[in-house]
Amino acid sequence: MNAKPYWFKIKRFIIQSCTILSLFFSSQICFAAGEKITFPKLDWSFSGITGTFDRASQQRGLQVYKEVCAGCHGMRLLAYRNLKAIGYNDDEIKAFASENSVNTLNDDGEVVEREARPSDKFVSPYPNEQAARVANGGAYPPDLSLIVKARSDGANYLHALLTGYVDAPDEQKIPDGMYYNKYYPGKLIGMPQPLYEDGVEYADGTKATADQMAKDVTAFLAWAAEPEMEDRKRLGISVILFLLVLTLLSYLAMKQIWAPIKNR
Amino acid sequence: MSKAKFKNPVVKWIDHRLPIFSFMDHELNHYPTPKNLNYFWNFGSLAGIALVTMIITGIVLSMNYTAHVDYAFDSVERIMRDVNHGWLIRYIHMNGASFFFIVVYIHIFRGLYYGSYKAPRELLWILGVLILLLMMATAFMGYVLPWGQMSFWGATVITNLFSAIPLVGESIVTWLWGGFSVDNSTLNRFFSLHFVLPFVIVGVVILHLVALHRFGSNNPIGIDVKGTQDTLPFNPYYTIKDLFGLGVFLTIFAAAVFFFPNFMGHPDNYIEANPMVTPAHIVPEWYFLPFYAILRAIPDKLGGVLFMFGSIAVLFVIPWLDRSSVRSSQFRPIFKIFFWILLADCVLLGYLGAMPAEGIYVILSRIATAYYFFHFLILFPLLPYIEKTKPLPISISEPVLSGSSPASAFAFREKK
Repeated sequence: MNAKPYWFKIKRFIIQSCTILSLFFSSQICFAAGEKITFPKLDWSFSGITGTFDRASQQRGLQVYKEVCAGCHGMRLLAYRNLKAIGYNDDEIKAFASENSVNTLNDDGEVVEREARPSDKFVSPYPNEQAARVANGGAYPPDLSLIVKARSDGANYLHALLTGYVDAPDEQKIPDGMYYNKYYPGKLIGMPQPLYEDGVEYADGTKATADQMAKDVTAFLAWAAEPEMEDRKRLGISVILFLLVLTLLSYLAMKQIWAPIKNR
Repeated sequence: MSKAKFKNPVVKWIDHRLPIFSFMDHELNHYPTPKNLNYFWNFGSLAGIALVTMIITGIVLSMNYTAHVDYAFDSVERIMRDVNHGWLIRYIHMNGASFFFIVVYIHIFRGLYYGSYKAPRELLWILGVLILLLMMATAFMGYVLPWGQMSFWGATVITNLFSAIPLVGESIVTWLWGGFSVDNSTLNRFFSLHFVLPFVIVGVVILHLVALHRFGSNNPIGIDVKGTQDTLPFNPYYTIKDLFGLGVFLTIFAAAVFFFPNFMGHPDNYIEANPMVTPAHIVPEWYFLPFYAILRAIPDKLGGVLFMFGSIAVLFVIPWLDRSSVRSSQFRPIFKIFFWILLADCVLLGYLGAMPAEGIYVILSRIATAYYFFHFLILFPLLPYIEKTKPLPISISEPVLSGSSPASAFAFREKK
């Protein structure tokens, strides 16, 4: 048998590496799929390697957050100034921030309230976890800043959860202060159904169905969890194109340098 | 040492007093390297580059990180949101850890396949296992720093392992924690050690390279270099080949960093650590899963800990467990089959480590663990008595023995 051609070695190397890598990754996937509940897979504008956020949907999502979620859920990692990234101007952000108040010290060292500024972080609805639990029958409404990244398949999960309130099967006992949600692990959730048709009135005239609101608020929260996503993907495409050219050139250089050795 | 000739008078002046340029010329330029190395020999230099990448990104991250239980999580999020390109630095560091392990695991299995651990490279191998051990300690402590749920609970589970040591176990755990639970003192010392251990790794890597350059690289047919006809100068032949390998590696790495940065992480680590809430499944990072499976396969806690550390410890002694004088699997037909079984066994252990410790998974874990130790402790010493190895070629550049050509698949033979 003769020495196998060079391209064959490359092909085999790639196949072997891919096999090894995919074996590693498949264990990850299996473990991510530990939950038995499956939820609908939606076609998000921000999925895929070129996906971007839908500004209109994000802005509607902010409205849903403000009018529905913010009563119980904070977003402490977001600053009001960050809203510039979803298409608001300075005045709008200033006005939005000033609806909230934060504690500060005055010149005499006393704690006083002042209007929130764009540089402030989103003001949480409760001063601390204990207060939040007391106000919600013992359940703690989690902060939503990272919720899409903090759940497996976060965007689909969130949309499913928000639209997953159905009538409980007869054999299911619902304790006081709990609600039945077919997508929540364990099915019993402390959060009452938050989204009802026309629960908000969209400024842009979009029909506010529960499903639409769930999609919009998810789009907003997906951005909140990964505000760098659009920059990241854009930069990624340039970097990978650069690397492909570099790799190709180094491959050709390698072929040339090795040619006398291989063909001697 | 071939006397290098430098034209630049400054270089000449310095080199006469401090022969650093002669050294580099000798070790990086003329360094004789077997001419038949395949792409699996790229992973050593890739591991070195991964280490340097981790150190550089890590230093930048440490400038923006706060090692305190109340601020650690938020300081990481500040890096992600407010530090210029902080997300890029952190995602490179986070995914870099995974890719470092991928590269090093391939590097290790390459060594196992081609018998690179055998005489005279035993110390080279042992230093490599030491690097793996240091990497694992560093990675484990690094994963604690973002202070997410998996950080906290992973740290709790792993440090608690030491409580299995008889008599002094509990005291050791308290000593490791610097208190009576994983808390601020633990986070502080983990940050300190996570910062310093990579430089210890650099030190061991230098020793690893010194040991490597003593006899040079092993090669796919595993026979010693017989003379200059078997070797090529490292530069330009292997510098360009390493550059090409680096290009492929960086392309895959960049795809992960830019498009799937959280694929290899766990969502729970984006929830801030909460000692009052235990996650449903506590799983370590993927690169620890095989060892985690071994730990849980043993019904006894101390036994599990011993077997887990034993699975690394056994690697230190395999140069003496493998009694065969033939290095490369190319000429060891039975050994080769068992090599692939071992690889499959390790992947299976990784899978089992991610599964809940119940039912069939426990039984499979025990079988896979048993095989792991069987492979090194029983198969390695006994196989040479059973196995009939194929005839070895005379040298790397000579045509192989008539009748069979086992080396032809790998060796770059002279065509004429």
